[in-house]
Amino acid sequence: MRNIHYHSGMIASLCAALIFISGQMCTTVFAAAQEAKIGLSLSMTGGAAAYGATQKRGAELAVDEINAAAGANGTKIVPVFEDDASQPQQGITVFNKLINGDKVALIIGPTLSNTAQVTDRIAQQAGVPVLAISNTAKGITEIGDCIFRDSLTEMVVIPYTMKIAKEKLGVHKVAVFYGNDDAFTKGGYDAFKKALADAHIEIVTEQTFAKGDRDFSPQLTQIKGKNPDAIVVSALVEEASGIVNQARQLDVPASMPIIGGNGFNSPALLANAGDAAEGVMMGAAWNASSTLPLNKKFVEAFTARFKSPPDQFAAQAYAGVYIAYEAIKKAGTTTDHAAIRKAMSEIKDLDTVLGKFSFTPERDAEHTPVVQIVKGGKFAVFGE
Amino acid sequence: MDLLAQQLINGLFIGSVYGLFAVGYTLVFGVLDMLNLAHAAVFTLGGLIALWLVETAGLSLWLAFPGAVLACGVLGLILDRVAFAPLRRRADSNFSGLISSIAMAIIFESAALGLFGARTVRFPVHTLSVHIWRWGGISITSLQVEIVAVAIFLMVVLTQFLNRARAGKAIRAVAENDLTARLLGIHVDGIIAFTFFISSALGGAAGILFGLYFDSLSPDMGRSIELKGLAVIILGGMGSIPGAIIGGLAFGLSEVLTVAITGTSNLRDAVAFTVLFAVLILRPAGIFGRKKMREA
Repeated sequence: MRNIHYHSGMIASLCAALIFISGQMCTTVFAAAQEAKIGLSLSMTGGAAAYGATQKRGAELAVDEINAAAGANGTKIVPVFEDDASQPQQGITVFNKLINGDKVALIIGPTLSNTAQVTDRIAQQAGVPVLAISNTAKGITEIGDCIFRDSLTEMVVIPYTMKIAKEKLGVHKVAVFYGNDDAFTKGGYDAFKKALADAHIEIVTEQTFAKGDRDFSPQLTQIKGKNPDAIVVSALVEEASGIVNQARQLDVPASMPIIGGNGFNSPALLANAGDAAEGVMMGAAWNASSTLPLNKKFVEAFTARFKSPPDQFAAQAYAGVYIAYEAIKKAGTTTDHAAIRKAMSEIKDLDTVLGKFSFTPERDAEHTPVVQIVKGGKFAVFGE
Repeated sequence: MDLLAQQLINGLFIGSVYGLFAVGYTLVFGVLDMLNLAHAAVFTLGGLIALWLVETAGLSLWLAFPGAVLACGVLGLILDRVAFAPLRRRADSNFSGLISSIAMAIIFESAALGLFGARTVRFPVHTLSVHIWRWGGISITSLQVEIVAVAIFLMVVLTQFLNRARAGKAIRAVAENDLTARLLGIHVDGIIAFTFFISSALGGAAGILFGLYFDSLSPDMGRSIELKGLAVIILGGMGSIPGAIIGGLAFGLSEVLTVAITGTSNLRDAVAFTVLFAVLILRPAGIFGRKKMREA
């Protein structure tokens, strides 16, 4: 009997514990309704560290603004920043942690398309929405219906750039120079090639380089010899800086402008190439001098806080957090991935720093791009 | 025609940097019959130290260059003391020296990583004012001329030093036969240390020129030149100074022409190493190598 008593006592205390735990759970659920966990997988180290650092700043600014505006009863964002080290393998670890460990509402990132090709499949399988803020290569949103992006692809930016170049500069024949061993630069090349064909611009020569190359003078010499109207380059910013510098050393004339893809759109190019970068053109999703009221406020707040102006990566990260927040707010849940995914897909004409933002049916970004030119050590809007 | 001339000039510049790097490499081999695989790490540190002197210490490049070159010479002395001297005169010292120089390379590279970070860095934009000269379709920058001038100057000074100066003759004597040299009253250990000093100083100088020419420095930049340097000295003949210079130029030209002809950089190393392979089959001692020169 004593044993039974003992047991019933234990059961009683177990019950009490259970009630206590469920009570705890209730409060957690209640609190969770106020707090949305957003995972951010960014490249803080490795080759893309320059991009990751500025993305983190943009996201931090957006999170702090949203949380300040949310007040006591609104939904707040709890950001979980993780470093994917610019490597797909590390990206896998980060995504698994964010999905299974932190149980985030959605994931923003990763920085590189190469990493996204691998990590986004994990999120798709788990049904967790992903909002890419800098992946512009082909085949990212094709991974599945959970994958969105707010970064305009080269497929949108580059045709627009080439159209403007043909109309305003009279570009009729170009040389193409690209990195042929990287998903991003190869994707940029494909986009250029299609855009050039569509705009009826002749390609006089195609030259390639490999990741880590330092000497671009042989290819640039060949290109210069063909005398094209412009040199179209698809490269990441490190190689882009070297190419721009060496073109200057080889005395490539200003009448043969270099037109770059998205990789050129980084302040690192200006810092690395200095005067040599003058006159370099590139399409972009965003320009700091855009006069949209939201954008002016963003540029001022960012510059005041980080003592340096934002770049496109910061702007897209900043916009990304707002877009994610909009989806969570509209879905009215911080845990139901399917509802958040649906709300995200329905976003239309949302006011962001990028302009009026919508998702296409293929979950790609839709807003008007800009063509920029380096002038006086700054990215200026071309033709203004 | 202009196109070909411009490509040959491109090849000449990169080739002279390879040559300078390989001269230091081959010098140690000539004296010790031992490969110093930390040479590429010294090359990297040379560039990074010069950058540090320009950027942080605020020196002009004309002071930073000799400063960094001397610092690399000192690294060479450390290299000799730590990696080579303790193993000397042991059985198999050739092999163990090779391995311990790899260890030193890793230490140097990690030091570069720790001190300068993993990012690619550059000399500030106005370190050198660059002027461009043009002849028809050919253009040469003052930077390129300076690089070749410095490389040629250093190589001429080295050759004269080895042929004329007392210490230079002592180096050659040790290279010929260190036992005999010792019997003749030459301070062999001192000469070897001195050789390391010169070799590393030249390697560091090559690193600075490389960093200036390509306008990019990173802790792993030695990797790209390490194997090429080795190929260059094999091509020129192990231990031969003129061989290293000619080999460097040949390597630079073959790289540039390969890229120019194929329009892609993917085959660059393949062609260069195929040439090396062919030379080894046809002339196993290399272009300037003498057979069994130092088998005493």
